[in-house]
Amino acid sequence: MSLLASLAAQAAQPVTPVTSVLVETPSVDWWGLLPLILLAAPAMVLLHASSLLRRVFRGFYATASVGIAGTAAAFAIVQWFRVTDLDGGRGPYTTVASAYTVDGYSVFITVVLCVAVIVSSLVADGYLRREGLDGAETYALLLLSASGGVVMASANDLIVLFLGLEVLSIPVYVLAASHLRRSASQEAGFKYFILGAFASAFFLYGIALVYGATGSTNLGTIRQTLQDDPFVDGGALLLAGAAFLLVGFGFKVAAVPFHAWTPDVYQGAPSPVVSYMASGVKAAGFAGLVRVFDVTLAGQVRDWQPIVVGLAVLTLLGGSVLAVAQTDVKRMLAYSSISHAGFLLVGVAVASPEGAAAVLFYLAAYGLMIGGTFAVVTAVAGPGEQATGIDAFRGLGRRQPMLALGFTVLLFAQTGVPLTSGFFAKFGVIKAAVDGGWYWLAAVAMLSAVVGAFVYLRLVVAMFMVEDIDPHHGDGDVVAATPAPVAMPAALTLALAATVVATLVVGFLPGLLTDLAGDAVPVVLATLP
Amino acid sequence: MSDFLRSYLTVGIFLGVAVVLVSALLGLSSLLRPSKPTPQKSIVYESGVDPVGTGWAQSQIRYYIFALLFVVFDVEAVFIFPWATRLEAYGLFGLIEMGIFIFILFLSLVYAWRKGVLRWV
Repeated sequence: MSLLASLAAQAAQPVTPVTSVLVETPSVDWWGLLPLILLAAPAMVLLHASSLLRRVFRGFYATASVGIAGTAAAFAIVQWFRVTDLDGGRGPYTTVASAYTVDGYSVFITVVLCVAVIVSSLVADGYLRREGLDGAETYALLLLSASGGVVMASANDLIVLFLGLEVLSIPVYVLAASHLRRSASQEAGFKYFILGAFASAFFLYGIALVYGATGSTNLGTIRQTLQDDPFVDGGALLLAGAAFLLVGFGFKVAAVPFHAWTPDVYQGAPSPVVSYMASGVKAAGFAGLVRVFDVTLAGQVRDWQPIVVGLAVLTLLGGSVLAVAQTDVKRMLAYSSISHAGFLLVGVAVASPEGAAAVLFYLAAYGLMIGGTFAVVTAVAGPGEQATGIDAFRGLGRRQPMLALGFTVLLFAQTGVPLTSGFFAKFGVIKAAVDGGWYWLAAVAMLSAVVGAFVYLRLVVAMFMVEDIDPHHGDGDVVAATPAPVAMPAALTLALAATVVATLVVGFLPGLLTDLAGDAVPVVLATLP
Repeated sequence: MSDFLRSYLTVGIFLGVAVVLVSALLGLSSLLRPSKPTPQKSIVYESGVDPVGTGWAQSQIRYYIFALLFVVFDVEAVFIFPWATRLEAYGLFGLIEMGIFIFILFLSLVYAWRKGVLRWV
């Protein structure tokens, strides 16, 4: 009884309120966050509107997606003038308690991502209708993934970088598996997800180790701490953390020891999605890589540079040599994408402002090139994506000369033929390597470009210089009918034409893009007091 | 041993006692009971009566969508709980932020509803 009485007495006492100090919320510069918000929020609205609307006109979702990405890019361009004009404008700054940075670099990558989404959406329009997968999901996921890429490029904090990495990757996992009737697509999504989650785990552990070594996850504070004391905690913890971060990034950008997922995923995933993966995901991955290694860990260059140089060499040679043996065009482009990542790694490895500018130029030029290339592959592959061998391109020069010509320009651009953007992209990277004193690395890069040329020129030869498959063999049996003409939906033609024109324009007037890339300097600013 | 590890010692002892106790009881009963298996003893138990049909049943695949939605809303709840304990400290900013979060997930529920996955048949 007395126990009950004491309990009741306790319950009857008035509860003393917990005195809680109001948590200080950070100041948020909404104008700076506007491109990000303009990608993510309308994407969600599009997705949910698609479930509520009953009938929409043909191509509505693609138009909406292009419009959303275009608006975000427009605001990003406005922000460019605000951020790079150091006299009158604001200059680069951080917001949200120094976790999110707005500088020329992040704005440049934002525009590259938006362009990647626009090209992929235009290609996806006809593709989804052809495959019977029409709906807003693909476009919404592309836009959400791009918003994650923007976060990754603008992150000034390792945790925010990881958040951006996950928001970038998870929609792409879903998109890779989004072709419900092709088992290759399901397999690609599954492989990408499992390996991607594994690499993200490495990345997180790297963040934890770097935090343990420097006491902060803010990139600016880390750089400050390392400048004051280059070997905090004996150095081992920091180096191990940097190594794990490199593994995580290496997976995302398909560097050679971590490239195993790329051929299977590129081959299995729907071609418009692969276009986005090769242009957008790679851009965001390299954006994060440059910001973490070239800028934050700039003091530790002598520690991580040999490793990144080694990765670059392996990636260059592995990508171009393995591409030679492929007969499936999508797999071939996957390995060529790996070799392009090798070139980008050369730009990262030299750890100089020229290298970073070269990487940015390469990402912009490559994004356009590969977008157009996969537009052609999407069209030629046919329903169900069955015609992805080199035979599908045989004789295309005679059947559909304009398509073949456009494809030729893009293939030459990927090889690095002068008067295309690819030439200046490779030139910029190799020049940065030579200026940094890495002569042998530049030689390896050029060798890899020569080996890779075989891959692209083989397709050009098949299109123009090889006869069509003869339907009647000597004994009179029909072996293969003349291939059906490649259907070219309007949106896809527009995307192809735009990318070819852009590639040629940048090839003739590279100064337009090199000046922009040179102005887009990444900065990390420490936590404001 | 440090205080940190000492708290895990309690857990370790508890685990050890559990393993020892259960294995001792089961092992003892296994040693003491007679073992005379007959075919009638090995048939599937169905409350004492003769079993009808096969022992295997096929799981319905439609359960997976409910598991999926459950995980989404369970994780949402996990995020709401800590915020709710310090509600006053986060003020209006936190309230609006959590409101946006809940609204986004509510939109996902509307999407699931409109796509027809909430119907059982």
